[in-house]
Amino acid sequence: MKRRVTRLIAEPVLAGVMAVGMLTVLLAVSGYPVGESLTALWRGAFGSWSVLASGTLVRATPLLFAGLAVSVAFRAGILNIGAEGQLLMGATAATAVAVLLPSSMGFAGVLLALMAGVLAGGAWASVAGVLRQRFGVLEVISTIMLNVVALHITGMLVRGPLQEPTGTFPQSAMVEQALRLPRLVAGTRFHAGVALAVLSALGLAWFLRATAPGFRLRMTGANPRAAASAGGIDVARVSLLAFITSGALAGLGGAVEVTGVTFALYENLSPGYGYTAIAVALLARLNPVSAIGSAIVFGALEAGASAMQRDAQVPAGMVGVVEAGVILVLVASEWIGERVGRGGLLNRGGTPRQKDRTDAITPIPVARP
Amino acid sequence: MTAAPLADFLEASVRNATPLLLAALGETVVERSGVINVGLEGAIISGCLAGLVGAAAFGPEGGLLAAGLAGIAIATIFAIVAVWLTADQIITGTAITMLGLGLTGTLYRVIYGDAGAALSEATLSPLAIPGLAAIPVIGYALFRQPLPSYLAAALVPAIWWWMYRTRSGLSLRATGENPSAALASGVAPRQVQTLAVLFGGLCGGLAGGTLVLAQVGTFAENMSAGRGFVAIAIVALGRWNPIGVAMAALLFGMASALQFFFQALSLDIPYQIFLALPYILTLLALALSSGRASAPAALGLRQRTDS
Repeated sequence: MKRRVTRLIAEPVLAGVMAVGMLTVLLAVSGYPVGESLTALWRGAFGSWSVLASGTLVRATPLLFAGLAVSVAFRAGILNIGAEGQLLMGATAATAVAVLLPSSMGFAGVLLALMAGVLAGGAWASVAGVLRQRFGVLEVISTIMLNVVALHITGMLVRGPLQEPTGTFPQSAMVEQALRLPRLVAGTRFHAGVALAVLSALGLAWFLRATAPGFRLRMTGANPRAAASAGGIDVARVSLLAFITSGALAGLGGAVEVTGVTFALYENLSPGYGYTAIAVALLARLNPVSAIGSAIVFGALEAGASAMQRDAQVPAGMVGVVEAGVILVLVASEWIGERVGRGGLLNRGGTPRQKDRTDAITPIPVARP
Repeated sequence: MTAAPLADFLEASVRNATPLLLAALGETVVERSGVINVGLEGAIISGCLAGLVGAAAFGPEGGLLAAGLAGIAIATIFAIVAVWLTADQIITGTAITMLGLGLTGTLYRVIYGDAGAALSEATLSPLAIPGLAAIPVIGYALFRQPLPSYLAAALVPAIWWWMYRTRSGLSLRATGENPSAALASGVAPRQVQTLAVLFGGLCGGLAGGTLVLAQVGTFAENMSAGRGFVAIAIVALGRWNPIGVAMAALLFGMASALQFFFQALSLDIPYQIFLALPYILTLLALALSSGRASAPAALGLRQRTDS
């Protein structure tokens, strides 16, 4: 147990160190003052309790929700790269509900808005799920398309039915004070959604580890054929439910972002949370509890990047390079780990070994005419 | 509708379709080898920046060349990680997209500072083909385009012929359907896939160069604006066949041209409908044709470490 706890903390820290290492090299190569920039990064991410609460943790929250969405899908052998679209649809639905409801609804109204986000995210994912199940359309392709469609739907709504009353800006009306997620620490942006994200991670971990449906989900992901023949598992049904659960988590993330941080819907609400989420999930080796740590690492990087741009004029895009570098090193280390026979960063315990994962990624057999 | 707006509409369709077609043709070859490169967006944006930098140093044609090389460079990273280290293609591709967007945004600021590049570099001007350009309506639309449009048009039959009529084209398709069987028949799947990925990078880079040199005239962060994903949609809609891909690219080009057309007519239709429609059409087309039946059978599967 103690070793597991160490590992849960050690790996995100290791990735953080790796990211800072890459950043140092990039800064030096492109001629930015390394010390000053890294100091700005640190101050922006961990400099004070209020920065930590308002910046890093708030930034980590949508990443955690979307990271959990990616984890649960990948665990079930579904390559859902549509967390971005599902998050947006969740945010859109939550906004629609929060703007329509009277503010006298209070906390019940907040819950309804979150619920709308869950339903919309799940529904959006179910489109890709049904396309895969019923028509054999690769979910990789369909979720990419649905991401773009979601972006255009959002763009259309914030210029149409959901546009703010004056009709000037492409954004929705502000969510009433009473329908916002409560702040947990006065004077910061630390809202109840942060706690909800952590609870979701713990809940998902429990679900995967200790419940029968969770077991069926993992078996389906590890080897769909064996799950169907030896386990008597209805693989098609489990996959579809996993897909919908994944979308629901991302949708909740979008709803929390609107009711906890932005208080309005914008077209560019998400700076690619759904894509960074893939890095979050991978770094956590698809383990929901580890995802808390890896979401904080990426949240800190992004919060720190804003400070770095502000204080040392370092382009924020550099953090994107670092995130990509971390992912590439992680997936490459898997191969190196296999060559030396010890499993890479992604492979120690937890997830199935590479040979099984080939199966995991094979779409379940679809009846062909 | 009088002739002039129709000609404008067709010309805009072809112009919008060109970078999409270039990128999609490359991705067609990549996917036919059994690899899906979601990092195409990264190649396109790299081509955009390299096109600008290259054009500033060597003129527009040099810019186009630099764009292609930049696309190859970023595709090399994808090939090493996804083909040779057999990492998951989707994850690697996503990382390559992030890398391309982040790196170009950073380099742009490093090279040009906060002020940004000059508003417009020398661009590739339209080349009118003598005689043909004089045909009413379609002459203006089809034969008065910049160099990359002709290049893309020429690539369509060339790739089709290569893919279906040559031995190496057969090796490509065999690798995409069943790498193990291809290996058994003396084809080296990894080499085929590597070359395919590099070609895809070249095409993606050229698409980015086209965007900068023949259309926008300068660079902006994230200016590829999801065209890599559009190209992947086009490949699927075109059913992994260069000729189908060309028609699909034209459809997407028309959809984005319609957007401006309707805005000009100030009809009260949200323009996003035209932007989203091609994606919805693609999903429908994939569903109705029972998707996977026409996709290369080994598409996106991880390669075995021992092949």
